[in-house]
Amino acid sequence: MTGKVLTEKRKPLFRRVWQNRALYLMLMIPLTVLILFRYVPMYGIQIAFKDYMPSDRISESPWVGLRFISRFISNYKFLTIMKNTLVLGAYGIATFPCALLLALSVHYLTSSVFRKLVQTISYLPHFITTVVMCSIILQMFDARTGLFNAIMQLFGVPARNYMGIESAFKHIYVWTNVWQGVGYSSIIYIASLRGVSSELHEAALIDGATLVQRIRHVDIPSLLPTVCVLLIMSCGSLLSVGYEKVYLLQNSMNLNASEVINTYVYKQGLTSTLPQYSSATAIGLFVAIVNLILLATVNGVTGRLSGSSLW
Amino acid sequence: MRLQHKNHIRPCAQDYVFYSVNTLLIVLFTLIIAYPLLFVIFASFDGGAGTLSVNIWPSKWSDAGYRAVFEYGPVWIGYRNSLLYTVVGALFGLIFCVCAAYPLAQPNLDGRNLFMGLFVFTMYFGGGLIPTYLTIRSYGLLDNPLAVLVPASVSVYNMIIMRTYFSTQIPRELREAAQLDGCAEMRYLVRIVLPLSVPILAVVGLYYAVGVWNSYFDAMVYLSSRNKMPLTVFLREILILNDSADMTSSMDVESMITMQERQRVMKYSLIVVSSVPMFILYPFVQKYFVQGIMIGSVKG
Repeated sequence: MTGKVLTEKRKPLFRRVWQNRALYLMLMIPLTVLILFRYVPMYGIQIAFKDYMPSDRISESPWVGLRFISRFISNYKFLTIMKNTLVLGAYGIATFPCALLLALSVHYLTSSVFRKLVQTISYLPHFITTVVMCSIILQMFDARTGLFNAIMQLFGVPARNYMGIESAFKHIYVWTNVWQGVGYSSIIYIASLRGVSSELHEAALIDGATLVQRIRHVDIPSLLPTVCVLLIMSCGSLLSVGYEKVYLLQNSMNLNASEVINTYVYKQGLTSTLPQYSSATAIGLFVAIVNLILLATVNGVTGRLSGSSLW
Repeated sequence: MRLQHKNHIRPCAQDYVFYSVNTLLIVLFTLIIAYPLLFVIFASFDGGAGTLSVNIWPSKWSDAGYRAVFEYGPVWIGYRNSLLYTVVGALFGLIFCVCAAYPLAQPNLDGRNLFMGLFVFTMYFGGGLIPTYLTIRSYGLLDNPLAVLVPASVSVYNMIIMRTYFSTQIPRELREAAQLDGCAEMRYLVRIVLPLSVPILAVVGLYYAVGVWNSYFDAMVYLSSRNKMPLTVFLREILILNDSADMTSSMDVESMITMQERQRVMKYSLIVVSSVPMFILYPFVQKYFVQGIMIGSVKG
């Protein structure tokens, strides 16, 4: 086989390309879509540094440098928006052990029928549409008829309109995310747990390790690389907090705690009566660059510390 | 536990404590997941007055909520559009993935790393909302479903899953044998590779289908005619923005409270009705999840 590869390499490039023309033609289809819908928009990023009017052409707008980015940073809302975004993002990432714990629990269930049942039920919420999920949340936390208030009443806490309380927003947002996603995120850990070599477990058993000790010293170390890669990936989107859901849960009462960068960009760019394309693009670019830097930093640090990295 | 039986090492007392506590916690967890879902289902049949209660069993059964949903036209327009978009979107997505993943899975394709880099770069950096909007506007695709469906087909993550499958699960000797027998590339792909890739096609198709069925943001941004809107956009109007006045206007004789009650029950019914297709699809594809996610987690 190596011989075949070598003779192929000796052929001139155009011959090799011609031989594989069917493959290249195939590749043209997704590549065209990618260029038209992913790379062409990148050309438009320059309006972040230009004073672009919706009626103008991009190339004719005057350059204004960093005006829009500095205007955003000096905006009185900047600190609040930044804080909300970071709080929701970091709080969300901090709940990653939930999926890990669930995976361990499910893995060590003794009845396989029960395990199947638990898995089926726990994946289910993942398939609920964001819009419907938000509607369920609004209904559950309704002050008059909501289930959450009904449960709290059992413990003697009077009914409240939780969606209108600023300090409650982050908890509602993050823990409903956990409710919806924990089962689905645990799949990857359950799959990795099945891959843990049984020799390690046997050796630990013979040495008299209890189950908890085996989890602590065998299972968790073998899951660490997966955990690291997933954590690195989630740090890369720290500032792009799921705006679909945040946007739907926003109301005028919790806006101070729920306005995040992405919802702000959307409102500034597309729904305000005077769309500010340049400003919204500048903020979007700011987010993209911060995300990239974060991803590279975290990837570098974990690469140094534990040897697992994305690249 | 399998191991213990095999090795005849008796688990210690501590382990029994672990198993019981674990089972107890999992039962509690399952309840926390399932209870709100059951609450929604039962509440959609509720005919009584809504009061604060953890009891999910309705005091009076009624199908008024469902009747209100079925009589509301836009829901059906949205339903039709969403089903159509989901099928077409999954198809577009699969075409994108297969056409990119198959050539890129060939180890001796010239420029493979360059093309791969072009794809992967878009995972970490993009134009952002406004430049993408302006680009799609400049193509004249505003209010055209293609503006939602074609960009949604670009999922480099799904493409990498498929590429990993092609390069690890399809033996390379197969291609050489087919070439020796004079089988052209396309014919080999369609007749041999794709039939061998049904599990991954199912997983990736499902990922796309769920994505398209659930998306509302792009539709909200790019579409403006109401008869092109997917179900999620109507759901947002009714469920989140409370814009359901015309659904309950036929009940104007009743007092405000009853109307609010109707609206509440109607919302629960709508939640159930709109979730039915995914929950029907779900049992058929559940078995492929683990497989798909495992393949995806292998670095390509």
